[in-house]
Amino acid sequence: MMDTYSLFREIADSWVLLAMFVFFLGTVVWAFRPGSRKVHEDTANIPFRHEDKPAGDRD
Amino acid sequence: MWDYLKLAIYGLIAVLAAIAASYARDIAYQVHAILVTLIAGGLFVYSLRRVGEEKVVETGYMDGPVRVGVALTAFWGAVGFLVGTWIAFQLAFPNLNFGWAEGYLNFGRLRPLHTSAVIFAFGGTALITSSMYVVQRTSGARLWGGNLAWFVFWGYQIVILLAATGYLLGATQSKEYAEPEWYTDLWLTIVWVAYLLLFMGTLMKRKEPHIYVANWFYLSFIVTIAMLHVINNLAVPVSIFGSKSVQLFSGVQDAMTQWWYGHNAVGFFLTAGFLGMMYYFVPKQAERPVFSYKLSIIHFWALIFLYIWAGPHHLHYTALPDWAGTLGMVFSIILWMPSWGGMINGLMTLSGAWDKLRTDPVIRMMVVSIGFYGMSTFEGPMMSIRAVNSLSHYTDWTIGHVHSGALGWNGMITFGMLYFLVPRLWNRAGLYSQKLVSWHFWLATIGIVLYASSMWVTGIMEGLMWREVDAQGFLVNSFADTVAAKFPMYVVRGMGGVLFLTGALIMCYNLWMTVKRSPAAETASDAQTAPAE
Repeated sequence: MMDTYSLFREIADSWVLLAMFVFFLGTVVWAFRPGSRKVHEDTANIPFRHEDKPAGDRD
Repeated sequence: MWDYLKLAIYGLIAVLAAIAASYARDIAYQVHAILVTLIAGGLFVYSLRRVGEEKVVETGYMDGPVRVGVALTAFWGAVGFLVGTWIAFQLAFPNLNFGWAEGYLNFGRLRPLHTSAVIFAFGGTALITSSMYVVQRTSGARLWGGNLAWFVFWGYQIVILLAATGYLLGATQSKEYAEPEWYTDLWLTIVWVAYLLLFMGTLMKRKEPHIYVANWFYLSFIVTIAMLHVINNLAVPVSIFGSKSVQLFSGVQDAMTQWWYGHNAVGFFLTAGFLGMMYYFVPKQAERPVFSYKLSIIHFWALIFLYIWAGPHHLHYTALPDWAGTLGMVFSIILWMPSWGGMINGLMTLSGAWDKLRTDPVIRMMVVSIGFYGMSTFEGPMMSIRAVNSLSHYTDWTIGHVHSGALGWNGMITFGMLYFLVPRLWNRAGLYSQKLVSWHFWLATIGIVLYASSMWVTGIMEGLMWREVDAQGFLVNSFADTVAAKFPMYVVRGMGGVLFLTGALIMCYNLWMTVKRSPAAETASDAQTAPAE
């Protein structure tokens, strides 16, 4: 029992910690990637489209 | 075919529940079994009368559950605030624990009724309702799965019914914010999986290339609550015909699991889910896109990565190892940053539109809500520091903190959401009365201020009295001394509750009159397809 715990603990506070931290930094870098401004502008305006009906019903 | 299958399922459930009712080992289980029999029986009759009816393929947005949800959110809010105000006065005046109602309506039974009514009935219905509205609008797609949305909606209301009646009749597993017993937990699990499918299914058929940030927050709320709920409620029922169950974990493991659950219920239910509301309704009401979409992405990931570790700060100075407490404390403090990032993002959405604060009481409500979000996410990390916690823990300061978050942040943003949705859902030109919204705003704000400040005073006083020792090292005050000293603050807190409740009742009236009396919007397309800029 104790062994399983120690093993999990070791994996958690080394590789898993590193992996999660790298993933988090990755999301930040990804948010600031070149060319993201246009995409984000478009995405931020989603709430102002399709107020009344689904996109397909438009035509 | 599906019609007959449905009939068979309803019939089977009704019969089995009736059998279970007759074998019931305790009153809560019996009442619940009878309720299930009645509900399943009612659905059986309802479906039977509709067998062979022509099925119409419906298009457009599915707003039926959203309409019912808006009404029920307002209703549960009023109920939850009423019970809360009542138990606040029970603490001030213990005689209100009437002898004839002992074992049903005393503080111990009503307290979980209050917490669950406001968090899960009011907050949960608000989240499910608003998520159904938002995911459709931001995906440009109708809810996935036909009537699945109705199942999720009413299924969740059945959870509320079972939980609330269970508390009064004594069915509880004594885990704070996770009191419902095993069969209610199992039912919620089914409903929640259906909710996840509903939400994911709608996102899958979205017409927008990107998933709007509000949906990220809603999705994290749904996924995390599923995980927390299943793990914290691992239990073995004593009998399949009784409500009592035994927890799988015990001792400090149980405590840690409970507060991992408890704090993340705050983090993902009351924060992430409501942030989803903020990221949709604040831009809509301000009529401008969110201040920084980049910041919202970082806000999301930072919040998700940090919140999940903060739970151990509830267990300072217990059997929990110090390193775990320190971990929880450190993560709580780091969490301050994304929280304030989100607050800034919400507030700055109004930049260039600050004048709306003067004219639009609904946006004022949303701004104050974000302000309280900022305030309580500063107070929380501070209280998680071990030294501060040694003073604040087990005192009313904690209660004050919870309420500035719950009444200020969750309550106000939900009120804003209701004021936004009702005219749109019933196709009205506007709210019945802006003046009443202002009244609601001020009553609620002053109510929260009374509540929070009286709890700071009484909490810190209580903490100082508990630790006061004389020259010989003996404790100066007995526990009863602290209770007596708290009386005036308890009355002030109760008054704050009365103001908050009055505001909510005014809102209910205003919303009702909006549906009944307000003139209809000219034509939906004229009024609502105008672009934001």
